[in-house]
Amino acid sequence: MAKKSDIVFVREKDAPLLAPPLLESGAFGWFRQNILSTMNDFSSVGGAVRSLIMAAATLFIFYYSVNILWALIDFTLIEAVWSNPQGLKRELCTTALAGGVQHDGWHGACWPLIFAKIKFLTYGAYPFEELWRVNLAGVILIAGLVALMFERMPYRIHIGLFMLVIYPFLAFALLYGLGDWAGLPFVYTYDWGGILVTLVVALTGIVVSLPLGIALALGRQSKMPVIRGFCTIFIEFWRGIPLITVLFMASVALPLFLPKGVNIDNLLRALIGVTLFASAYMAEVIRGGLQAIDKGQYEAGTALGLNYWKNMRLIILPQALTYVIPGIVNTFIGLFKDTTLVAIIGLFDLLGAAQAAVNDASWSTPVQAITLYIYVALFYFICCLIMSRYSMRLERKLAKTND
Amino acid sequence: MVRKTKKTPQKTMKVSDELLISMHNVSKWFGSFQALREINLNVYKGERIIICGPSGSGKSTLIRCLNALEHHQAGEIKVLGNVLDNNIRHVETIRRDVGMVFQDFNLFPHLSILENCILAPIWVKKMPRAEAVDLAMSLLERVKIPEQASKFPGQISGGQKQRVAIARALCMNPQVMLFDEPTASLDPEMVSEVLDAMVELAESGMTMICVTHEMGFARKVANRVIFMDEKGQIVEQNEPNAFFDNPKSERTRQFLSKVLTH
Repeated sequence: MAKKSDIVFVREKDAPLLAPPLLESGAFGWFRQNILSTMNDFSSVGGAVRSLIMAAATLFIFYYSVNILWALIDFTLIEAVWSNPQGLKRELCTTALAGGVQHDGWHGACWPLIFAKIKFLTYGAYPFEELWRVNLAGVILIAGLVALMFERMPYRIHIGLFMLVIYPFLAFALLYGLGDWAGLPFVYTYDWGGILVTLVVALTGIVVSLPLGIALALGRQSKMPVIRGFCTIFIEFWRGIPLITVLFMASVALPLFLPKGVNIDNLLRALIGVTLFASAYMAEVIRGGLQAIDKGQYEAGTALGLNYWKNMRLIILPQALTYVIPGIVNTFIGLFKDTTLVAIIGLFDLLGAAQAAVNDASWSTPVQAITLYIYVALFYFICCLIMSRYSMRLERKLAKTND
Repeated sequence: MVRKTKKTPQKTMKVSDELLISMHNVSKWFGSFQALREINLNVYKGERIIICGPSGSGKSTLIRCLNALEHHQAGEIKVLGNVLDNNIRHVETIRRDVGMVFQDFNLFPHLSILENCILAPIWVKKMPRAEAVDLAMSLLERVKIPEQASKFPGQISGGQKQRVAIARALCMNPQVMLFDEPTASLDPEMVSEVLDAMVELAESGMTMICVTHEMGFARKVANRVIFMDEKGQIVEQNEPNAFFDNPKSERTRQFLSKVLTH
């Protein structure tokens, strides 16, 4: 029989509001919860063994992480050669034993090599006196992108429209040229190279694959069998073959099918291949977002009298795209790095240009390749990091408005 | 004088002679399952019709056929003088003038409450934005939540969401309002605020067709109650007092005995 005090209860005073226990908060709390928690169980033999193994493994991993990090810092910053006052080449980054100026056992990055090759790594063989055109296009691009990242920027919509609609033509006119009459002589794409080619391929792929991917995703969900079938086959075809095969087909096999005398630019072929390839992936990412939208959203829009396109544009796509921002950016980053594959069909993108610089005998040293590849890796890492951080900011911003 | 008749909605069968909706022998199948069996129903301007029945009886399907969210396969439906057929233009004209409120609110989560309301007037009716905002604010005031206008659907309660959904539908100035179990997903504490908004709407003379199990509400505002059974057919319809106090069919009596006991 329960006591009366257990059955009847009326609260007269609020229960006290307490601060969290000390052990759970602060730096010590964090350390306790995340590091110590896996290795402080000594209540049984099994627990003790596991705790000791965890402690040993933690120390081991920590030691090697620090070691590797230190080796990298040592190579790229401390031991590295930064200046080249005498204008040396090979001798600058070789040890005295091998005929260079560095002390024996020296091992560090040879940054003057990058400085010497920077023009080639950035522009390829683009003619020197026309470089201002590339620089101008690049400055406008960076200014536009930075302006678009700021929410409060005045005329943001106008800037966006300019970047999407006018800039591609402007960039084409600047980079490829319009002919001598305009003061912009043609610079053919086999002279393009380095970061220029990487950015042209990646940005075209990114900008075109998103709308194309949306169209394909909507098409794949269409009620009309012909459209649905076409989109499905298109997506499965491009997803089903490796990008290298696409590029090989575009550069080697495609000319066989074209009539004699018709010649499509090598870069253009790579652009089309990369873009279609990326759109197929993009379509599937966006289709995932479309499927996450509750059917009630379609119905609510429909019941309000919105037609299919308005329903998609105003209600479904804004939500679907928000859901799949991580997937979209993932595809962008993948595409950005996949552009290195165009080196295979003879285009000198950044990696291709770096490889050509690796083979330059006048700079032949043991650290030549490492230095160049670190530079290339750093470039890709920074670009991908910017994309990923921006997407995280975008997600946080949209999460605030959504529930 | 008009005010007086509005206070207590008339409980006569026919409110006006103006026929807004007519369903003639309407049938609907999901695969081989027949969801609606030869439905015949006329709705006159100003009527407040409550449809009730056990789950799976096709109540929701019936009202979803009226704005072509579901397509009927036999019979004829005429809404506001337009025949509902495969002609998308007819369908869109009808949808513009028929408001709908859903069980799960279906507010647009990426838009603020105000933007939810002004979306359709701006994009479907091409109303200037300022005018749409004024209209939306007056309707949000009518459902008593103007202070929530700048919030997002995720930040307000279920009862508030459903009132926003009502205001959103009213922004299109519909001639008929369809309610598909508007209180079924609400916490008990919030049912009354939504029903209050619906009673107010009924008193203003809006033509309403409402699927609900709120029998108190039905008695209060309906001028006609329709009961459907599991076979997807209309079993009984009558004015509310006669329907609740003296049901004619055995199936209706069974149903009412289950929903009215508590």
